[in-house]
Amino acid sequence: MKNEDANAASFFVAKFQNKRKKNAHHFYMKKLFKKYGFWIVGILTGIANGLFGSGGGILAVPLLKYLGLDQKKAQATSISITAVLSVASLAVYLSRGSVSLVSTLKYIPFGLLGALVGSQILKKIKPDALKVMFAIVLIITGLRLVFR
Amino acid sequence: MTLIIIFVVSFVTGLFASLGLGGGMILILYLTMIGSVSQLEAQGICLLFFLPIAVLSLIFHTKNKLVEWKKALPCLIVGSVTSLVFAYIATLIDTNLLSRLFGGFIVLTGVCMLVRRK
Repeated sequence: MKNEDANAASFFVAKFQNKRKKNAHHFYMKKLFKKYGFWIVGILTGIANGLFGSGGGILAVPLLKYLGLDQKKAQATSISITAVLSVASLAVYLSRGSVSLVSTLKYIPFGLLGALVGSQILKKIKPDALKVMFAIVLIITGLRLVFR
Repeated sequence: MTLIIIFVVSFVTGLFASLGLGGGMILILYLTMIGSVSQLEAQGICLLFFLPIAVLSLIFHTKNKLVEWKKALPCLIVGSVTSLVFAYIATLIDTNLLSRLFGGFIVLTGVCMLVRRK
């Protein structure tokens, strides 16, 4: 009986120590990310922006929130980051002849209209349902692209 | 008909971009899957399309003191260098492979959006 008690005790002690180790590791990673977080956000956003020409904002917003910015500031700051990064990426695309200015112009007026409407309705709508629909569309079309 | 499609695609792209939902991806998907534009050119069009929208948004957001320029400075420095390098890599990669990589990236994005939503 005493043996069983000792085994149970050592089991719980080991489990507790393991949990403490995991927590310490998690805490260390969190501290590291908080310290170099803005640099890491820059690298990840830069990879998406340069390689895919999009998706930087989607990566930046949750990471900026994790670094302590509130939702609105995270969204606004992510636009400032992706705007500057887009200029850098665009410089390369243009110098390599990969962009046609003429074919882009036709999309800009209605795009600006959409952005204006979006900034007006942002406070009034709950984007959660929109997010779910958009996420499903992304997964389906993404799988089509990968396996075509 | 073409004008209606351009209106719908660019309007939805602008709308989603302003809501922080990755509008650029819609434009790239439309251009590559329906518009028969190559993956690389579609990405370039998306970058160029995004700039006026970003400038317009930033004017409003900076006025409302929502942009943390000082905190974003490290992101801007390291991000610009990374963007330059990876944009150059994108121009070297075979467009078919780039398209597949983009597909993988948006699948991951979609999954993360589903998992991370509140």
